[in-house]
Amino acid sequence: MSLTTDRPQPVPSGGGAAARQQEPHRVSGGLLDPKQLLTSLPGAFGKLDPRIMVKNPVMFVVEVGAVLTTASAVKDPGVFPWVITVWLWLTAVFANLAEAVAEGRGKAQAETLRKTRTETVARRLVGWRHGDSAPAEEPVPAAGLRLGDHVVVEAGQVIPGDGDVVEGIASVDESAITGESAPVIRESGGDRCAVTGGTRVLSDRVVVKITSKPGETFIDRMIALVEGASRQKTPNEIALNILLASLTVVFLLAVVTLQPLAVYAGAEQSLVVLVALVVALIPTTIGALLSAIGIAGMDRLVQRNVLAMSGRAVEAAGDVTTLLLDKTGTITLGNRQAAAFLPVAGVTIDELADAAQLASLSDETPEGRSVVVLAEERYGLRGRQPGGRAEFVPFTAQSRMSGVDLAEDGDRRELRKGAASAVLHWIEENGGHPTADVGPMTDAIAAGGGTPLVVGEVVHRDGRTTATVLGVIHLKDVVKAGMRERFGELRRMGIRTVMITGDNPLTAEAIAQEAGVDDFLAEATPEDKMALIKREQAGGKLVAMTGDGTNDAPALAQADVGVAMNTGTSAAKEAGNMVDLDSDPTKLIEIVEIGKQLLITRGALTTFSIANDVAKYFAIIPAMFAVAYPGLDKLNVMGLHSPTSAIASAIIFNALIIIGLIPLALRGVRYRPSSASKLLGRNIRVYGIGGLVLPFAGIKLIDLVIQFVPGLR
Amino acid sequence: MNDTLAGWLQITVLIAALALTYRPLGDYMARILTAGKHLAVEKVLYRLGGVDAEADQQWGAYLRSVLAFSAVCVLFLYGFQRLQNHLLLSLGFAPVKADQAFNTAASFVTNTNWQSYSGEVTMGHLVQMAGLAVQNFVSAAVGIAVVAALIRGFTRRRTDRVGNFWVDLTRVVVRLLLPMAFVFAIVLVATGAVQNFHGIHEIGTLVGDKQALTGGPVASQEAIKELGTNGGGFYNANSAHPFENPDGTSNLLEIYLLLAISFSLPRTFGRMVGDHRQGYAVLAVMGLIWAASVALITVNELHSVSSTAGHSAGGMLEGKEQRFGIWASALFAASTTLTSTGAVNSFHDSFSPGGGGMTIFNMMLGEIAPGGTGSGLYGILVLAVIAVFVAGLMVGRTPEYLGKKLGAREMKFASLYILATPAIVLIGTGTAMSLKGERASMLNSGPHGFSEVLYAFTSAANNNGSAFAGIGVNTHWYNTALGLAMLFGRFLPIIFVLALAGSLARQQPVPVTAGTLPTHRPQFVGLLTGVIVIVVGLTYFPALALGPLAEGLH
Repeated sequence: MSLTTDRPQPVPSGGGAAARQQEPHRVSGGLLDPKQLLTSLPGAFGKLDPRIMVKNPVMFVVEVGAVLTTASAVKDPGVFPWVITVWLWLTAVFANLAEAVAEGRGKAQAETLRKTRTETVARRLVGWRHGDSAPAEEPVPAAGLRLGDHVVVEAGQVIPGDGDVVEGIASVDESAITGESAPVIRESGGDRCAVTGGTRVLSDRVVVKITSKPGETFIDRMIALVEGASRQKTPNEIALNILLASLTVVFLLAVVTLQPLAVYAGAEQSLVVLVALVVALIPTTIGALLSAIGIAGMDRLVQRNVLAMSGRAVEAAGDVTTLLLDKTGTITLGNRQAAAFLPVAGVTIDELADAAQLASLSDETPEGRSVVVLAEERYGLRGRQPGGRAEFVPFTAQSRMSGVDLAEDGDRRELRKGAASAVLHWIEENGGHPTADVGPMTDAIAAGGGTPLVVGEVVHRDGRTTATVLGVIHLKDVVKAGMRERFGELRRMGIRTVMITGDNPLTAEAIAQEAGVDDFLAEATPEDKMALIKREQAGGKLVAMTGDGTNDAPALAQADVGVAMNTGTSAAKEAGNMVDLDSDPTKLIEIVEIGKQLLITRGALTTFSIANDVAKYFAIIPAMFAVAYPGLDKLNVMGLHSPTSAIASAIIFNALIIIGLIPLALRGVRYRPSSASKLLGRNIRVYGIGGLVLPFAGIKLIDLVIQFVPGLR
Repeated sequence: MNDTLAGWLQITVLIAALALTYRPLGDYMARILTAGKHLAVEKVLYRLGGVDAEADQQWGAYLRSVLAFSAVCVLFLYGFQRLQNHLLLSLGFAPVKADQAFNTAASFVTNTNWQSYSGEVTMGHLVQMAGLAVQNFVSAAVGIAVVAALIRGFTRRRTDRVGNFWVDLTRVVVRLLLPMAFVFAIVLVATGAVQNFHGIHEIGTLVGDKQALTGGPVASQEAIKELGTNGGGFYNANSAHPFENPDGTSNLLEIYLLLAISFSLPRTFGRMVGDHRQGYAVLAVMGLIWAASVALITVNELHSVSSTAGHSAGGMLEGKEQRFGIWASALFAASTTLTSTGAVNSFHDSFSPGGGGMTIFNMMLGEIAPGGTGSGLYGILVLAVIAVFVAGLMVGRTPEYLGKKLGAREMKFASLYILATPAIVLIGTGTAMSLKGERASMLNSGPHGFSEVLYAFTSAANNNGSAFAGIGVNTHWYNTALGLAMLFGRFLPIIFVLALAGSLARQQPVPVTAGTLPTHRPQFVGLLTGVIVIVVGLTYFPALALGPLAEGLH
């Protein structure tokens, strides 16, 4: 696995991190700036073009209705027809406004990205081959680069296009894309070779092989994505649209066939009233907000520095049933840490801690440092310089030990700490024998998934050499804080977590248990990972994973949601359907939550929209027919002032509720991970029952105001 | 015994009987639809029909079989009526007129049994027995076959096969309907229903008039009329006629019969999908709606007295048989309009506006509580698909029902299903009301007159077949329009259901997790009931407002 080396610890530039800290379990999104409504208004009017409107069947019906009432109002003017006409147009405009606002936020983001795409001149290398020390150069505009070209980029220059570093190492400022100001290292070979066009080399010189055509670079795609230019309707959106269209047809039929009935009842209705009834009944609320919800869902990911290549991927994230999480960096902190000192019989724990700390002072590996820190924190041993003459023995991969040789008063004390086999071998070399309790101690630690380090001491005093084992250091993977709870939450959401690790099964099991994941895949090779994904998918499950290495690419492509780390190779980024610019694999969990939130928002507003109809019927039907059948006035439960004010109130409410719900559509409904039953219960209460009750109050309030409008009495 | 006690007793006995047969009947039907072996008599039938009983059909082939079979039945029945004067046991009746013969053929093949004729003065015994009664069996079996295909859509994985229509049809008739109808026909004879081949008896009445009494094979037709949720009576008066429905016992038995299969099918469904709780959830929704409807009609008939006759009788007794009374009539009315039966033991036209309006609303629900044999279950399952889709979104997943995802294709067919019937009802009613000549068929004026037209189209499109009466429908226009309404109302939904079945069967099921919307809990029962009532209510509210509501609210 490739996710084991040092990874930049990111500071997300979006509002995500801050919001997370305030409200630990809430997926949040950007708030709506009222100014956005104003700036998006021209766009909203532009979208009234019937060729655009027709893509949204519900709102298209509204527009056609508005045209009809306009004609009717012109022919037969009056306050009532004009009020209805104006509000019908407003209904259509508000719907477009929702979409325009959602798109506007993406546009702003795209604008900043565009600024990075300044035209650069690339230094193309002619006929470059590996080891070419003095290649011929020619200046080429970045737009003229072809796949497979080699370019050289030196400190201070902008990388002209996406590619892989094939020679050299450089620090690169990628803040243009990630918002992260700390430079990252890019080097040839391995999993950190990918560079992105538009980023700047800060030091050194690299040769880059161009891997994308001009106009199809990562930044170009990002711009297209956040702008929504390549937006296509997602499968679920299409399914919902079908349902909404069919409801629209039903209501259209119900109203069209109402006229002969009304004529028979002696209450022929005007065109304006019939159109008003249709618009009130068809699911305009969800119809108006549907596309805004989808765009905002992508946008919420962008705010968390995740780019989804398609809306389909965001939706799939909500459906994920299995999460494959790499152990290192996702579940555990990057490195193992010392957790305990276990002295052998006859040695105090303080003596052991002291010896371990001394032996580790020269060990610059994270493990070594953690020993010093543990001794310091637990036993109050300040990191210090040993007295007398000290000779440090640094850790090497060959010796697998670190230590220190102390010379005091002619005595010589050698301390070593390191891999159990290495230290024990060293003790035996010096004629010592480990006590009987060392073996069981190291075995127990290994069995528990930890790594035992042994601390040994060789003392040369008065010509005699005594070699003893002082004790054992328990190194273990440290599970990140809160992961257990997080996995518990996921389990309640019905998501199974599988930990992927290169560790042996014993170690893997211990960590899996401690972290509370449902399953683990030990000694995992890319092939194992691929097989696991296929097995899960064969059972109908949807799998999400993160990856960054080239060897992750097939699995990323196979997974339903494959999140590639931005630090990863181009192959990985190409294969996944999302890219995390912060390269934070923990974000996978958030991505799943955003996917769910997107679907919930759609469902909740659909429910709300349909539930609203009940109140509208109670406003409009008595208004239409109470004259012919006075008994029907009993249905006027809201006690609305007059037939005209009742119908106008329903239409005005219908339009205003769209504006009122734009923030919700953009932000997404509140989502807390919990079981399906609880979620459903809550959403039905809020959006179902709420949707039933709210319009009664809303229509009544509007009626109380507009009854004073002359002409609506 | 007073009326109230008798009424409660009947309801209790009915529910107990339905509860007792729920499991055995439901399990038996599941066995019929899943068994591997054929009976000897079935093998003979397959050989005669040239059917490969081992073949498994794609949904398209299944659908073509349904449509072809039904088309042949319509033609056969039409010809039968047109030629009846040349046949045996014709009782001397003339051929049925073309428009009425078409209407009747469509009506019986679609399990509607709308009757624009009076049986005893129109149809000879042979047409009744070999024509109409045969359709009572096979049209009921078609419904069960279609729902079997839909259930297979849920249970099967990664296949394009949904079963064999000819096998389903044959088995349901041979193993279920024939034996049950036979037994219950004998029971009905025991209660006093007639069963003979007599012609027309003329008898002198006490006041000196002459009355013509037609005998016939009534009990045998009566049993399947109820059992198969058909409803087409031997006599014009249907189950109000003493030869069809002699007394309280036979009345209760008939109500039981018309509910028995449809109420047990959820068990079949639960068994076939391997989770009885799913069956109980569907049953609960059906039961809730049925109970509410019975209660509302009964209360309205008892207390919402709107006519002078009603005031003097202390309840809406006009148009009801004295031997049944209000309770048994209301129970029958609710059950017959909530199944696609349409048999009547009282005159729905004379019900109170609330009670009569409720019978219309019952049919508008789409015949799903418990609905026609098979058609009730597939109707409620499609509505469950709609409910799961909206609710499923609210739990943050692409909605799935019984492990099958509800994507664009599934929603297309489910949406078309819920669109089809209301479209027929609304267009039919609207057209009739805009034609002067057709409006003249109404025997009443005002909202009540309109209710009569609304009832006719609602009944035809939903394949109920009961009539509000009070409207002259034996006209060329109504026979044709209602005949078409019945055909479209039956076969459009069947097309969409089978397409849905095919689309579901192709999928690999999604495993159930804690994140899956549970569809067996009371929460889902409430949700589905709410979706049904609200969607239907919203569709028909304007029409109902101008009919029963305008009449009932003063």
